[in-house]
Amino acid sequence: MVKMLPIAGLVAASVVAAAPFSAAHADGKSLTMCWAAWDPANALVELDKDFTKQTGIEMKHEFVPWTSYADHFINLLNSRSAECDLIIGDSQWIGGAAENKWYVKLNDFFDKNKISMDSFLPATVVGYAEWPKNTPNYWGLPAMADAVGWTYRKDWFAKPELRAEFKAKYNRELEPPKTWDELLEVSKFFTGKEIDGKKVYGSYIFTERGSEGITMGVTNAMYNYGFDYMDAKGEYRMTGIVNSDGAAKGMDVYKELFNCCQPQGLTNAYMQEGLDAFKSGEVAMQMNWYAFFPGLAKDPNVGGDKIGFFKNPAGPTGQFTQLGGQGLSVVAASKDVDDALLYVKWFAQPDVQQKWTDLGGASASKAVLLSDAYKASAPYAPSFVESMGIVKDFWAEPLYVPLLLDMQNRVHDYVVANKGTSKQALDSLVKDWIKVFKQEGKDPS
Amino acid sequence: MIGIENTSALANRAANKAALRRTRRVTGLSDRAIVWLFIAPTMLLLLAINIFPLIWAIRLSFTGLMANLPNPARFIGIDNYTDILTDEDVWEHFQATAHFVFSTIALQVLIGLGLALLINQKFRGHSFWTTVILLPMMLSPAVVGNFWTLLFQPQIGPFNYFIGFFTGAAPSSFTMIGSVDLAPWTIVMVNTWMWTPYVMLICLAGLRSIPDYIYEAAEVDRASALRQFWSITLPMVTPFLMLAVLFQAIQSFEMFDMVNLLTSGGPGSTTELVSITLKRAAFEKWETGYASALAVILFVTVFGAANVYVKVLNKVKQQ
Repeated sequence: MVKMLPIAGLVAASVVAAAPFSAAHADGKSLTMCWAAWDPANALVELDKDFTKQTGIEMKHEFVPWTSYADHFINLLNSRSAECDLIIGDSQWIGGAAENKWYVKLNDFFDKNKISMDSFLPATVVGYAEWPKNTPNYWGLPAMADAVGWTYRKDWFAKPELRAEFKAKYNRELEPPKTWDELLEVSKFFTGKEIDGKKVYGSYIFTERGSEGITMGVTNAMYNYGFDYMDAKGEYRMTGIVNSDGAAKGMDVYKELFNCCQPQGLTNAYMQEGLDAFKSGEVAMQMNWYAFFPGLAKDPNVGGDKIGFFKNPAGPTGQFTQLGGQGLSVVAASKDVDDALLYVKWFAQPDVQQKWTDLGGASASKAVLLSDAYKASAPYAPSFVESMGIVKDFWAEPLYVPLLLDMQNRVHDYVVANKGTSKQALDSLVKDWIKVFKQEGKDPS
Repeated sequence: MIGIENTSALANRAANKAALRRTRRVTGLSDRAIVWLFIAPTMLLLLAINIFPLIWAIRLSFTGLMANLPNPARFIGIDNYTDILTDEDVWEHFQATAHFVFSTIALQVLIGLGLALLINQKFRGHSFWTTVILLPMMLSPAVVGNFWTLLFQPQIGPFNYFIGFFTGAAPSSFTMIGSVDLAPWTIVMVNTWMWTPYVMLICLAGLRSIPDYIYEAAEVDRASALRQFWSITLPMVTPFLMLAVLFQAIQSFEMFDMVNLLTSGGPGSTTELVSITLKRAAFEKWETGYASALAVILFVTVFGAANVYVKVLNKVKQQ
């Protein structure tokens, strides 16, 4: 059955290529789209109404909270469930999805329908579509571009008395930080200050332990101090790369930021806690995903003129940020693969991509993101475009879950629970990861 | 009318004959067969839902199976057991579990016995206070975990304000579930709050089972209240207390939901009990073989300790 899937995909691709977006032929048909329950999902519901109008195919949506998103859908995919026809799956799933044939391979379909991956940002193609990485084997269409970025309280940064105090202390202007050293300075400066009658903290960073939070946070510091996942020359050789001195220093910086400037009690906090801390005027700066920034920019209390955005600061060895976002894939077990492919074809159209962004999604299309109109469309847009050019992503191996949980444990133990040193944590992490790769049948030596 | 009566009599006779035939068949069974007939359904159910999964888990514990991958289970000998027993992290989780179990039981026994002694007195509103004390154990552990998380919130939770009121510390200057030093005691405190009433109930049953005439005799002998407690109350309540300790030790050892909601095992792995490690290995990392081996080790530990304890309990009862 699994071997027949590519053939089924080819046949379906031919059918789809010949099919116009017409409602006449699709009476009574429906497709189920699966994704996480968050703001952009609401925008997708709006967008999908156009698809139904044009094709007559009803769109159903199954959105689950982020906390159970991976568990829920990976279990469905693994059990060959046909519950989802289309899925917007996390970038880390692509390896497992490709190797276990959970997704339909889309190369032939893209060729027949003249959908070019060159029309999407390169990082999103590698992150959301390719497996193996950096090879032209496509299992998804970049759907929701996302990366880690920062928000700051523009109104606090503009206060004359604070600017004067900062200038006197650090001999430079109080501006959004460009390096991690500056980020530490600005965070320490704000921590403990009383602003608008309330004691505030310098910055909010991810510390969540159970799923992916602290890893998605700490990598933003570690990448810029020399951390990488493996040696570019030797496949899966991690010793000396993952646990390099630079990587350890990056982890130390993250810990210092946590110790000095994180609001009290946020020791197991991720996206929502960051949004709450920022909206309630508790922090001067906040690390979070760009996907939330359209909502924050419009927030009645902290949005508008009060909020500013900046990309992840640089470190001594470079400037990178953590990739988020997802790709749109067709579930191989779906009973309506041809209709699902029709949806992918429709979604890839430039005007649909533009509308997707206008509604609150985040297209990865170059035509949309790199246009002057987009950069001028929102205050976060320029830094988002820049961020999408400097992204790095976590492992997307079939066994990414144990790899991720190992890093979660080692980082949380050191950063939050003060266990050992950063070097010891990373040495242990290398051992953990080598064990996982051996389970996967790969030789990390 | 007569016709109907005749028909009815005929039907009764036929039914009686059929019953007689059935009785003859049943009387043909031996006592042993009847015993098996009665216990077979229960045995089958027990085999299906307890023994078979146990044997299956033992089998899986010698494999490197990962349930989320299509690869078949590969026999790897005792590698999983070696990995677990030589892993410092796992031993730390066992230590965290031991701290949780012993601290919780010590507090529950002390407070539970104290409350039982108080409730055993006759005073006004006695029934009302008994009900109030019993409320925590009627709640779901998931609910308890969630609402204590809110109570411990440093910025808005009332717990920090309460402590701050008595100590003068600023409410947002400390965190109960985010502190490496306080978090292990926090889960002990919440579990004690929830399950002490249960220990109290068992102790109360023990106290009520002591006949009044023993105390009356002691009073005739002019034994002091303290002497009565040490020589009568405590020895006679001890078997009940030991039973409560057994139940609560098993309950605390397998505690998962409340602690998982309260701290998720953090900060770091400070409050990661073995049950949380097991859940993570089995259903997050999908290391099915490894998780099975850990489950077998836990089973042997609890089963062995409980057996020894029950033998001691029986000796105490005989005394």
